[in-house]
Amino acid sequence: MSKVTFPRMGESWRAFKMLLEDLGNEVVVPLRPNKRTLDLGVRYSPEFACFPLKILTGTYLESIEMGAGTIVTSGGMGPCRAGEYAMLHHKILQDLGYDLKMIVFEQPRYYPLNFVKNVMALNRARVSIRGIISRIKRAWRLLQALDNAEKLSHVVRPREIRKGTTTAVYKKVLDWISSACTMEQIVEAEAAALEALRSIPQDLAREVLKVGIVGEIYVLLEPASNLEIEETLGNLGVEVERSMFLTGWTRDNTWNETTHGLTIKKAASPYLPELVGGHGRDSIGHTILYAKRGFDGIIQLAPFTCIPEIVARTILPRVSKDYNIPVLTFFLDEQTGKTGMTTRLEALTDLMRRKRRYMTGAKSLIS
Amino acid sequence: MAVKVGIPRALLFYLYYPMWQAFFNEIGVQVIPSGRTTKSILDDGIREALADVCVPIKLYYGHVMDLKGKVDYLFIPRVVCLNGKTIYCPKFLGLPDMIKYSIDDLPPIIDVRLDSRQGRFALLKAYSEIGKYFGATKMTAVRAYLKALGLHYHFRRLLNKGWSPPEAMELLRTPGAGEMGVQPKVNLKFAVLGYPYSIYDSFISVNIVKKLRQLGVSVMTAENIHPALLALQRNCDLPKRLFWTLSDVVLKAAHLLFKQGRVDGVLHLTAFGCGPDSLLNKLIEMEAKKHRNVPFMTLMIDEHTGEAGMATRLEAFVDMVRRRKEVKACQK
Repeated sequence: MSKVTFPRMGESWRAFKMLLEDLGNEVVVPLRPNKRTLDLGVRYSPEFACFPLKILTGTYLESIEMGAGTIVTSGGMGPCRAGEYAMLHHKILQDLGYDLKMIVFEQPRYYPLNFVKNVMALNRARVSIRGIISRIKRAWRLLQALDNAEKLSHVVRPREIRKGTTTAVYKKVLDWISSACTMEQIVEAEAAALEALRSIPQDLAREVLKVGIVGEIYVLLEPASNLEIEETLGNLGVEVERSMFLTGWTRDNTWNETTHGLTIKKAASPYLPELVGGHGRDSIGHTILYAKRGFDGIIQLAPFTCIPEIVARTILPRVSKDYNIPVLTFFLDEQTGKTGMTTRLEALTDLMRRKRRYMTGAKSLIS
Repeated sequence: MAVKVGIPRALLFYLYYPMWQAFFNEIGVQVIPSGRTTKSILDDGIREALADVCVPIKLYYGHVMDLKGKVDYLFIPRVVCLNGKTIYCPKFLGLPDMIKYSIDDLPPIIDVRLDSRQGRFALLKAYSEIGKYFGATKMTAVRAYLKALGLHYHFRRLLNKGWSPPEAMELLRTPGAGEMGVQPKVNLKFAVLGYPYSIYDSFISVNIVKKLRQLGVSVMTAENIHPALLALQRNCDLPKRLFWTLSDVVLKAAHLLFKQGRVDGVLHLTAFGCGPDSLLNKLIEMEAKKHRNVPFMTLMIDEHTGEAGMATRLEAFVDMVRRRKEVKACQK
């Protein structure tokens, strides 16, 4: 029985690990992407493949070194390249001489049989169907708890009195949440985690800017790939609202179209009525919604050569002009340096702060 | 005076221009294609487009700039799917919006959505919608569409006979003209694979086809292979087909050519930063590894590609293939 691994996306591994272990698998937890992961990934991936593919190639190779023999990942329907990545990864790894099993989850809305078959293949403990459902529900709840803690950390960080407190507390509460086993424990741990984050000493009078982050899902969710942009922004006194969390995205894309999904689609439709794959349309829709909610700025994160985000990036300047909201785009790849990014973020923060003061000043003159 | 519709000489121009031209002429509209690519068109494109897009899209921008002010309408359809199975690159899907929101003062854009997955008569409906822009009745539009389709099949037949799209377009205009010039000592046959809009734009491909012919190599492309032969390749042993029509064609052509082994070399022409090609190139490369008898080379183009660099690489490749062939002949 070979060990199972999966792609790493932020802190979601805690939930996947729990679910796979509950179903009787031995799990290899992927490492946080580091210098070596990138080196391996860049060496064995096509040069112009986007950043997520390269990171994942590296992650898979590291997991294989740690004994993994089965990879569980997601598929896709295009037109974004990511839909083909499972297949390409399998080919690349086979080419390197590894005999692996790939379990690819397609959208259950279109391929319900594939979903059932994959779950059965992973169900090594022969859990009953009812058991599987309750375990999936539990993992889902854990994911939600993780996402809620992360969301709150984005709000608390810019207001903390002593720098670094939030990050330290956040790291601690993640372990609380992932050490929970039953549904009740998860709910309890979540409540304790949120309470711990809320009780961090904060300066509530501080002037805090609000920035929305839009873009491609992998670079949004994996802090190692976006050089911890949320933490950097939080330390600059900026509250971040990220447009995408794993639970939110899964809810919008697994079964039915949700109200949330339709709102974004409708907001984006004057500018981009077509689904260009990936998250191109979502980036535009979210930008418009954030602008309407009075955010101070938008940051778009995209992997280098990402096609849907390039389409979105071409249209965003017009959105930015129409809604009078600054948009800064980062195309990320293995060459992106943290210092350069921080400098650009500092400049953006300064400009946004000045703009806000000017706007409030202008208003008071009129009244 | 007739209404003028501009069609940029880039992207799908090389596969569908005869059809589009026939359709517009039939409903009484004059068609004006943009001029052949020049340095200034490319420079315009580079200035207007985002730095991160691939060079064919930059060229499209340049050609739109070339038409700006000369025409009453711009024909930039949103081509999603034409064969009911595979779609086009996301940049094609968002093309009308990209153009609309990044170039100011453009004439009205005809951005009809062409998606044959929407039903049997989806394309017909789309074309009659185009007709509506010019007040053509449904009947006229249908008749024009059928006539255009007939011409398109004729065009495809010419391609299957071995003509390249620009040559075939010339032949359609003046039947019987333009026999291929007698070539001096042709003893090699190469396949140049890649997207039509890169290969046949002689400016951006730095004249690759002509250069190869001058080196005594006859050239074929994926467009010259009969679609039925490509369809026989099924899925090229992949668990999932490639999503993008043009990439799918190239991959199938590569599989077919490697399997047949009748060509002396395969060149893959790709543009810097092309999304689908990052996968496609890797897949072709893996296939090429299995077929050691057919040499394979990848050429990458971008807006800075120099004439000399490309010529050197082509000469070196041709020399090596030729020498290899001679050695093989001696060994037999």
